[in-house]
Amino acid sequence: MADIPISHILFVSTALFFIGMYGLFTRRNMITVLMSIEIILNSVNINFVVFNKYLYPDRLDGIFFTIFIITIAAAEAAVAIAIIINLYRSHRSIDVESAEEMKY
Amino acid sequence: MNYSSYIALIPLLPLAGFILLGIFGRKYFKSSSGIIGTGLLLVSTVLSLYTAYKYFFVDGKAGDTYQTITALKFTWLSFSENVSIDMGIILDPISVMMLVVVTFVSLMVHVFSLGYMKGEERFATYYAFLSLFTFSMLGLVVSSNLFQVYIFWELVGVSSYLLIGYYYDKPSAVAASKKAFVVTRFADLGFLIGILILAFYGKSLDIKTLMENLQSSELAAISAASFVGISALTWGLTLIFIGGAGKSAMFPLHIWLPDAMEGPTPVSALIHAATMVVAGVYLVARLFPLFALTHAALSIVTFVGIVSAFLAAIIACTQTDIKRVLAYSTMSQIGYMMFALGISGYGGESGLGYTASMFHLFTHAFFKSLLFLGAGVVIHFIHSNEIKDMGGLRKYLPITNLSFLIACFAIAGIPPFAGFFSKEEILLASYHSNKMVFAVALLTSGLTAFYMFRLYFSIFWNKNTVVNSHHGEGPVSMKLPLVILAFCSIFAGLIPFGEFVSSDGKALDSHFDPLFSIAPVLFGVVGILLAMWMYKKESNKPKQISNSLGGLYKVAYKKFYIDEIYVFITKKIIFNLIGRPAAWIDKNIVDGLMNGIANTTAAVSNWIKGVQSGKVQSYAIYFFGGIVALAIVFLYLWK
Amino acid sequence: MNLSLLIIVPLLTAIVVLLVKGLKQVRTVALIGSAAQLVLCFVLFYFYQQERANGNTANFIFEDNYTWYAPLNINYHIGVDGISIAMVLLTTFVVIAGVLVSWKMERLNKEFFFLLLFLSLGAYGFFIALDLFTLFFFLEVAVIPKFLLIGIWGSGKKEYSAMKLALMLMGGSALVFVGLAGLYFNTNVNGAHSFDLVQIANMNIPIEVQKLFFPFAFIGFGIFTALFPFHTWVPDGHSSAPTAASMFLAGISMKLGGYGCLRVATYLMPDAAHEYSTIIIVLACIAILYGAFATMMQTDLKYINAYSSVSHCGFVLLGIGMLTKTAIDGAVMQMVSHGLMTALFFAVIGMIYDRTHTRQVAQLGGLMKMMPFISTVFVIAGLCSLGLPGFSGFVAEMTVFMGSWEKADAFYRIATIIACASIVVTAVYILRATGKAIMGPVVNNEHLTLYDAGWNEKLAASLLIVGIVIIGVVPFFLKDLISPGTGIIIQKLASLIK
Repeated sequence: MADIPISHILFVSTALFFIGMYGLFTRRNMITVLMSIEIILNSVNINFVVFNKYLYPDRLDGIFFTIFIITIAAAEAAVAIAIIINLYRSHRSIDVESAEEMKY
Repeated sequence: MNYSSYIALIPLLPLAGFILLGIFGRKYFKSSSGIIGTGLLLVSTVLSLYTAYKYFFVDGKAGDTYQTITALKFTWLSFSENVSIDMGIILDPISVMMLVVVTFVSLMVHVFSLGYMKGEERFATYYAFLSLFTFSMLGLVVSSNLFQVYIFWELVGVSSYLLIGYYYDKPSAVAASKKAFVVTRFADLGFLIGILILAFYGKSLDIKTLMENLQSSELAAISAASFVGISALTWGLTLIFIGGAGKSAMFPLHIWLPDAMEGPTPVSALIHAATMVVAGVYLVARLFPLFALTHAALSIVTFVGIVSAFLAAIIACTQTDIKRVLAYSTMSQIGYMMFALGISGYGGESGLGYTASMFHLFTHAFFKSLLFLGAGVVIHFIHSNEIKDMGGLRKYLPITNLSFLIACFAIAGIPPFAGFFSKEEILLASYHSNKMVFAVALLTSGLTAFYMFRLYFSIFWNKNTVVNSHHGEGPVSMKLPLVILAFCSIFAGLIPFGEFVSSDGKALDSHFDPLFSIAPVLFGVVGILLAMWMYKKESNKPKQISNSLGGLYKVAYKKFYIDEIYVFITKKIIFNLIGRPAAWIDKNIVDGLMNGIANTTAAVSNWIKGVQSGKVQSYAIYFFGGIVALAIVFLYLWK
Repeated sequence: MNLSLLIIVPLLTAIVVLLVKGLKQVRTVALIGSAAQLVLCFVLFYFYQQERANGNTANFIFEDNYTWYAPLNINYHIGVDGISIAMVLLTTFVVIAGVLVSWKMERLNKEFFFLLLFLSLGAYGFFIALDLFTLFFFLEVAVIPKFLLIGIWGSGKKEYSAMKLALMLMGGSALVFVGLAGLYFNTNVNGAHSFDLVQIANMNIPIEVQKLFFPFAFIGFGIFTALFPFHTWVPDGHSSAPTAASMFLAGISMKLGGYGCLRVATYLMPDAAHEYSTIIIVLACIAILYGAFATMMQTDLKYINAYSSVSHCGFVLLGIGMLTKTAIDGAVMQMVSHGLMTALFFAVIGMIYDRTHTRQVAQLGGLMKMMPFISTVFVIAGLCSLGLPGFSGFVAEMTVFMGSWEKADAFYRIATIIACASIVVTAVYILRATGKAIMGPVVNNEHLTLYDAGWNEKLAASLLIVGIVIIGVVPFFLKDLISPGTGIIIQKLASLIK
């Protein structure tokens, strides 16, 4: 385990982050957008865990944060899906562009 | 009785009548309003006759001069220490004379209207307006303050407006009333500015003080101050004269008077013949000591007067509406009064023109109102204003016939009727001061006789009209004023007028000279005979003559196209070149500027608004783009 | 006499209006409240005359001074002089007439009367304020309800008009505030700045400061009183507003501006007033004559009256610009006179509109036949507008002319003549409108069934006519009332200029 260099893991998390980012920017379907956000969050989680492990092995702050983020992500997903369902009810679509008029 | 104890009642009683009838008339005094108005005026008339008696025969004279008595005065609105508008009543020969004329003629008209206007829908309103007019006119003639004159001047104008527009549902009446008001308003602008000039230099608005100041201490200042090479005094007086010319329908501001005949005929008799239209003459007479100071202003008065007299007489010969003929005749006679003032000097023998002018004003009031009332009876009888609908009426309207004939003799200047004496004096005065004016005046007097008798013969002789009217001359209320006024038209000239009214208050001997009168009377008789020859019997002589005159006749018939010129100036120039552009500029440029500012702001905000597209994903891109940009700045550029 | 009552009474009425239910109760409360204002104002007037008769020669009477916000030295300072009393009396007449003509307001009547009363509160507060911040506060209070009144109850392109009016007046307020703040930061009372009008008046504000801030204050207030070229809100605003709002707008709001120009700009910055008087006179003359000519071309009764207001308010500015006692007296009289006259005019136009549903002159005609009372009132308002003696307009205009003519200089003379010339143009447009709408044959036969004014309309019109006639017949009354007030302004103008 110890012989996996930190750079590898960071590479994975960066890749995940940008994949999520790409999805966030380009996807039209709100569910996919939501999934992209989850991916971003998970890449952050990986970062937290990795830095905790490699830099401060004797402390647990990073891991706590991870758990915290997972919890919030769950709540957030619930809220987001509620919004999406409502949007679907009113617009018969879960395309992000159909939510455009909310700027008014 | 002291003057101040009752004098205010003379104008205030008609005012009370106006308020009473104006507010409650329609509801409570529908039929009795005529009696109320006439009754109140009767009291005023008696009071003013009493005042005249008292002033002229009891206590008006100090030594051999009639003095000016200030019977009442209080400050109405003060501007600065010396300058204030006072409401007051002054008594001097001309104001007392005017009091009598105004109340008397007004009373006659009130009585006449009882019959003439009977059954009108707005009977009470009519009497309310008549009362308002009488009040304003009385206030005008007794004014002690120049601004008071202006105030009542305007009030007279508005009552004239209301009465001309009495038949408010007739578009022509509405247009005429509007025209009368606007033309006189335009003239009043001159009056107002004239007042401002005189008040500034004279340091007072009180007529007496103003004249004293200007004649003595301030004369140098006002004569020295000049604008375009004309002294301030001349400017001031000329502008005031413009005001007077507007009200008195002098050329070229006369265009409203013929149209004003749209009003009820008794109104024409009162306002547009006997009283209001002579206000301009009265104004010049009132300020005569000032006018006498400047030759230039008096020359303008003379010129305008004689041109109006002559022009109107020519036009009167061609008109076919009897009231219009009378209107032009009024204008012509007022022209006489005006130029008589213009050629007059101040004081002593040279003041003959002044006395003559006032004398003519006095006699003219009687015979001209008589003519109008007579015309009123005719119109009432025949229901038309046009000469062509009339003829042979002497059988149906004997009293009217006789009184009309008397009035015609009076205005034509045939002895011993009233007009003879006054016109005689005017001609004499002009003979002594300006031969040119005299010649034109003489010619005009011949024309006057011609057009009046043309009217007379056309109405009462000429062809026989078939009349199916069932009523005769109307009730006693209509006949009585005719008889009284006819009586006055015969005898008013016998009053030794110069004894009472003169420019400086001293008695002026009568200048009656039988030899001098031959020429004017001859002209008058020729005019009458000519009219008789042409119009006594139905014939085609008038037609032939008008045809032989050709273009000249047409120009006169069209009133020298003066109306057309005015219409051109107002409609084409003022409306199109000033009014419309003003409205356009306001809508498009000024308001456009304001809207432009608003629109620019809106456009800028619209442009900025584009950034906030509502697309969540683009927000996210901006967000991350921002972070990346900041990261680059902080990591690499921020050294 | 506690002046704050002038603010408390409308406030209480407005609150009670919100509490009661139904049109009948609402309008009764509003009427009682405005009648109470009327009584109160006359009591105030009476007490004021008593004080003066007893030899009280203080500049301002019935002063009250409470600290509002100490750190910035903002006080609630109120007091009255003759000018304020005249304006307060004007306000109360217009308010009660406004309530009466809105008697049959159907829609959202509670809110409508609430806003009307609120507006009157602002006007009273403005006229009695002696602290610049208090004054500004009440000015804003008086602006905001107008936006709602026009936007909600208006007619025609009401949104546009409401927005235009609110934006322009707000812009005016913003300029005013710059001017006031400029004054504030250049005062020094015991080491602190002051908003107090009386204190500032006793101070010598440096002339550079005056010259800098006078235009802000004057133009700011000028926008309220239709200073050319910022007058364009007047026609649109007035014509879209409901009747009572038009009356308030022309009768009261435009006077806020004139009063502010006089009391704040001219009184506190006299040097600058001298400096800029030429420009003011030129703008005023443009407004007078050009407004009059623009009126001639209007076809909508409300537009006619609105443009004529521009012309008439020009006289106020002309009087102020001339800086002579008589002219300023005339300006104040013109404010009162125009307030009453234009309120009457809008009231009667509203009555005609309620019945015929048109304000186009061409579609009206012969109204005299069906509604003699309304037509008579229309004629009276018109005659007052064209300056007929016996009505207030004549007195005010003549006073301005006489005051202007006191200045012996060709420029002032020409300005006065231009102003005088407008009376002819005024006659033309008033008589055109009267001749077409009131007189003449009946154009639309549907109009034949129309009914004349009800008691409330008769009462409203009569009240305003009484005011107009009183001023017109016994003008010395008003003149004596305002004379001490304008006197101190003139004193200040005279003492500073050598």
